[in-house]
Amino acid sequence: MSDYLFLFRGGFPMYEGWSPEEMQQHFKKWGAWIKRMSEDGHYQGGHPLSAEGKTVTGTGKVVKDGPFAEAKDVVGGYVLISSETLERALELAKECPVLEIGGQVEVRPISTLHN
Amino acid sequence: MQPPGKREVPVFDLVDHLFRHEAGRLVAALVRIFGVHNLELAEDVVQETFCRVLEVWKYRGVPDNPSAWLMRAARNRAIDVIRRERTFRRFAPDLSLLLESNWTLALTVDEYLVEHRIPDDQLRMMFSCCHPEIAVQAQVCLILKTLCGFSSREIAQALLAKPTAIEKRLYRAKQVLKAEGGLYEVSDEAQIAARADAVHQAIYLIFNEGYHGSHPQETIREELCQEALRLGALLTGHRVVAAESQALVALMCFHLARLTARVDGEGRLVPLEEQDRSRWERPLIEQGVRFLERSAQGERVSAYHLEAGIAALHCLAASHDETDWTEIIALYDLLYGLTPTPIVALNRAIAIGQAEGPGKALEELNRIPGALKLKDYPFYPAALGEFHRRAGHREEARDYFAQALRLARSPSESRFLERKLEVCG
Repeated sequence: MSDYLFLFRGGFPMYEGWSPEEMQQHFKKWGAWIKRMSEDGHYQGGHPLSAEGKTVTGTGKVVKDGPFAEAKDVVGGYVLISSETLERALELAKECPVLEIGGQVEVRPISTLHN
Repeated sequence: MQPPGKREVPVFDLVDHLFRHEAGRLVAALVRIFGVHNLELAEDVVQETFCRVLEVWKYRGVPDNPSAWLMRAARNRAIDVIRRERTFRRFAPDLSLLLESNWTLALTVDEYLVEHRIPDDQLRMMFSCCHPEIAVQAQVCLILKTLCGFSSREIAQALLAKPTAIEKRLYRAKQVLKAEGGLYEVSDEAQIAARADAVHQAIYLIFNEGYHGSHPQETIREELCQEALRLGALLTGHRVVAAESQALVALMCFHLARLTARVDGEGRLVPLEEQDRSRWERPLIEQGVRFLERSAQGERVSAYHLEAGIAALHCLAASHDETDWTEIIALYDLLYGLTPTPIVALNRAIAIGQAEGPGKALEELNRIPGALKLKDYPFYPAALGEFHRRAGHREEARDYFAQALRLARSPSESRFLERKLEVCG
């Protein structure tokens, strides 16, 4: 059993112009997806991320507004998954609702650092 | 248009009544989400919700659907509380992961805090309260607190106990629930059957506290009866119903139908034979009959079946003289076989007296096994007094009524026995 982090990119900017009802319907899909993974014992936790924020950069510790390169690259949330194989984790990722709105799921194994 | 703040309904009266019924529902639903180990948290959330809502209603008036409004407010409050507490608190084990994430927190609360789940939540709570390691009196307190929305002070007032004693009972009972770790499940027949006896006992105790209790205020006692009936209705409304539950509800309906006719304008207890039968509440009697019919589908004949059968015969008789005493005696015989208590023997002897005269009654009354247990019960000497009076033994009658009067537990009993004594004067 290994742990994987799912990073969702391309979330918030896509919701522009959505009605509250549309948003609610969409987030119900997220809830259902996570609940399914939770019932299977895969889901370990996670949160959506707020659109605002700051970035601290370099030895100069420069603080800049926003984490954001391009809208489609913005991380909108993360989920931690336990899975037997990378293949299984990918299958789970394929069910993610972010894909329906043109976003992407980055599937990253948790590193053991081998030290 | 009338401004909403100017409604005729006094906000506080309405809220007080509403609170009773809504608090129990909301606490039960929130306990399902928070876990039984967080029972106090659920109670706090409901309490805070009511305080907030009351502030709003004071200015804006009570909304058209206060129940839905309250549930919405409780939902928002619950989500805030979970967000605040989740780093150092665990919730219901099967929901904890989902409540910890903002992906699923609101959705999960919405899924569990819904109207159609509440009856099951309440039943789980009721069965959990009747844990075998919790003393019966404490079970009653816990039920009144969590399911009926009574405060500790109100419980103390209703049960004529000190608030501190009630607090202690509640505290110990909650410790048992916490140690249990989860709620009692009520999804199948075996689960219901395993704890049904204890649940019935607690509900009937609440009912009797109202019906026979010594609280001087009729309204408080009637409220206890109504609460017991409401709990009984919850039991019989579940998809798995024990036949005994139907019988218990039938019994409570029959008793409650006669409640108001049992006391006269001066607060004096009116004995069955003198009650104005037109004041008995027909709809409740009819409801009782329906429950009694349904209870007959079970395989076991419980004490509740027999007691309900006896109460039904009284309720359905056109007059005291036309009561089917033979059938009542037969039911008392069966009841005595199941629960051979001196009280049952006493009531049986009284029924025999109605059918066969005072001589036979006195004979039965004087050979009640374990009659010593009735030494503080005013209706034992009162029955002896009554049948002595009917037999023409005035002196004995007077002695017994005087003895009964010394044992009276409430003003209505005293007044009733004083008059009996006067009649023998």
